[in-house]
Formats: sequence, structure tokens, C-alpha cells
Amino acid sequence: MATPHIAAGTGPGAFDFDRLTLDRVSRHYGRRRALWQVSLEAAAGEVIGLLGPNGAGKSTLLGLLATLIAPSSGTVRYGGRTARELGGTLRRRIGYLSHDLQLYAELTARENLTFFASLYGEREPAARVDAALRSARLVDRADEPVQRFSRGMRQRLALERALLHAPRLMLLDEPFTGLDDRSAADLAARLRGLGADGGIVLLATHDLDVIEDVLDRAVVLQRGRATPLEREERTFRDRYREARDG
Amino acid sequence: MAEFFRIAWLVMRKDIRVESRSREMLYTTTFFAVSSVLVFSFAFVRAGTPVEGAEAGIIWVALAYAGQLALGRAFERELHHDALRGLLLAPAERSAIFVGKLFGIILLMVVVEAVVVFFVVLFFDAPLFAYPFVFLGLLAAGTLGFAAVGALFAAMLTRTESRAVLLPVLLYPITVPVLIAGVNGTLSLIQADPNLDLARFWLALVVFFDAVFLTLALWTFEPLMTE
Repeated sequence: MATPHIAAGTGPGAFDFDRLTLDRVSRHYGRRRALWQVSLEAAAGEVIGLLGPNGAGKSTLLGLLATLIAPSSGTVRYGGRTARELGGTLRRRIGYLSHDLQLYAELTARENLTFFASLYGEREPAARVDAALRSARLVDRADEPVQRFSRGMRQRLALERALLHAPRLMLLDEPFTGLDDRSAADLAARLRGLGADGGIVLLATHDLDVIEDVLDRAVVLQRGRATPLEREERTFRDRYREARDG
Repeated sequence: MAEFFRIAWLVMRKDIRVESRSREMLYTTTFFAVSSVLVFSFAFVRAGTPVEGAEAGIIWVALAYAGQLALGRAFERELHHDALRGLLLAPAERSAIFVGKLFGIILLMVVVEAVVVFFVVLFFDAPLFAYPFVFLGLLAAGTLGFAAVGALFAAMLTRTESRAVLLPVLLYPITVPVLIAGVNGTLSLIQADPNLDLARFWLALVVFFDAVFLTLALWTFEPLMTE
């Protein structure tokens, strides 16, 4: 798959950042604690894994970074400014691949991508869409409704949708779900490319074997609490299991 | 402002395109509305003579229930594959997304209204177009008010499991002034001795309601959509 460059913010009101900072961020749903006092720093060029069992708070954390969820306490800063201060200009710099794929099943692959490219104000949506279809290896199926696609094809298309606007911060929730070996290897290479291009990549995943060479470091989330794992000789998988099993 | 309407247009065009593929909402709402008119025509037409004023109630009941079906489904569709979050992530004013969804729903309701009005004229021989501008004004303003409140509630309820139950529970108490004004306004136009001034009063009331609730909806959509 081709690696897109990360577009620097240009034009009036454009915004870009090279650092993401979470300071004691908590999120509660009623009495349930989804995240508790999570602090994290991420710099441009880093690929960070969010590891943890189901219900640990990974998706909540990604939703929070995507500005879809507001923290109950604590602050998230994008290059020193908060989502409240930045509004829509911040969202132009964020790409989010949800576990659900955020595609319209009745629309074709091309229509889905064109809609989102237009929504993001891409100046040449047609060219962008063609490039995305090539990256997703879906050129020959571009005019078919997405509902006819396999899970893996949808996953590839959804990834391209999330990357259409060349975001600085890329948030991926279980991006390897449904991918065959070749597509998973392509995605791993793509993620490394995003990091090398100066992106900040956070991915929640259970596919620890695939991401071993992709991650710069990881964070283990358990019952809403975060424990950092730096890169060292032992694999992330082994150290995650140690952290998980206490 | 141009950017606001560009986003609203994109969202509405997307909804029209999705609906044109499935026709799910169009068929459901139209069949429901036509069936209602047909059933009412058996109840309210005796020996070829309709009960006086029944047409006004029939039109607005058919529109309200058909509209409710459309409202629920329009946002239910966005929940499929978490598409609503995809929309909310766009670097656009979220109120523009709301307006796009709202216009899509209104367009569908207008199609249903055209069919309902046709059948009401056909079955009841109702003089709905004796004062076409006031009547169409009532329909347009009533549709906007009903859809604006409904779209806001439907969007707000996307995060709740019991949204199908809660939508009518929230929607009807708030929109009952629109429905009452719509019925009374239509009634004052089609009665034996039409009262145009009274019809205009009811129309003004609906327009006032529209202004209040559209403003509230645009103002509250963004915070309501942030979890």
C-alpha cells in the first residue's frame, strides 16, 4: 500500500501540532469508571499501542482523543491547546478508524470516499479518492456497493477513509480485524510509514504478533488505569501478559 | 455561511442517495400514510359525504406518524457501522450536519405530504387548495417544526437502547402545539365559511414555534452529540 504524506496545516485558520498530552484524564459513565487518571505523552513520529482486555477503556480513550467523548476530569492537549479551544480545525488533523467501520453500506466504495473527502474539504477529491482506491486495492470494485464487500475489503476501505485527509493524529481501533495475511502485513507497513512521516499513531489491538515491529512503545490499560511499556528486548506480547496477569 | 450550507448539502445529498438505493423509508412512510387515509376514509365518509373538518385531522395525523417513522429511521441508519461518529468527526460545524439531516427528512416528508394531500382531496373532496399559499405555508411550517424537534430528539436518542420507545414519548408532547395549530389552521381554511385571518394566526403560531425550536436545535446539537 502507498504511504500518504501527512499534510501540514495550511490556509487561514489552519492548525497543526506535533505533541499530544493527556494529563490525569478520567472518564466515568454513571458510577462506572472507564478511564482513571490516565496520563500520556505522544510525539510526532511515534506509533503507540493501546493494549488491554475487552472493556479496559481502549475504545473510550480513542473516542476521547478523537473529540467524540469529553473527559469527566483532566485535560487533553493537542500541541498545547484543548479540543474545546480548537473545535472543527482540530478534527481536520485527526483520523479515526473505529471498530465499526463508519461506511455507508448502500453507497459504493467511490461514493463513500468522495463523500468523506468532500466533507473534509479536500480540494481535489476525485484524485484523492482514486489514490485511496488504489491503496485499498479496490479499483476494480470501486463502483460496487460496500454491502457486497467482505469484512477485510471494508476494513481496507475504512482505513483509506480515515486517512483521506492525511491527518496528523491517527487513531485506530482494532485495525487488523478481518484482514488476511497480506493485508495485515500491508497495514503494518502503512502504520510504520505513518510514523516515519511524522504522524502520531495510536492503535488499540489484540493482534500482538503483527504489531511487534510496528510499535515504538505501548500502554496497557486495565480497568481504566494505564501502565506504560517501553520498547526493550522482550516482546510486547510477553510483557503485556505479565502486566495483565499482575 | 457558504461552508455551512455546503456541508448541509453534502449530508442531505448523501441521505438522498442512500434512500434512493434502499427506498426503505420512502416505502414505509408512504404506505403507512396512504393506509391511514384509506382507513379514515371508511370511518369518516358516510353515504358519500365526509364528516365536516375530518380532513384536517387526517392530514396532520398521517404526517405526524409518517414523520415519526422517518425520523427514527434516518438516525438509526447512521448508527449502522457507527457512521454517525464518522460524520461528527468531520471538521465541520456540527449544526451543519444537523441541518443536512433535517433537510433530508423534510424532503422525504414533503413527498409523503404530496401523496397524502392527493388522497385526501380524492377521497374527501376537500377544498384544500382554495387558499393554496396559506395551506402550503401551514404544511411547510408544520413540517419544519415537527422535523426540527424530531431530528434533535432522534439524534440525541441514538445513544440509548430504548430510542424507539422514547422518541414518540419525547416528540409528541413538544410538537403538539404544531399539530394543533396545523389542524386548526387547515380547518379554518376548509370549513363551510373559511376564516382566512384565523388560518393566518395559526400559521404565525407555527412559524414562531419553528423559530424557537430551530434555534434551540442548532444551539444544542453540538453539546448533545459530544458524549
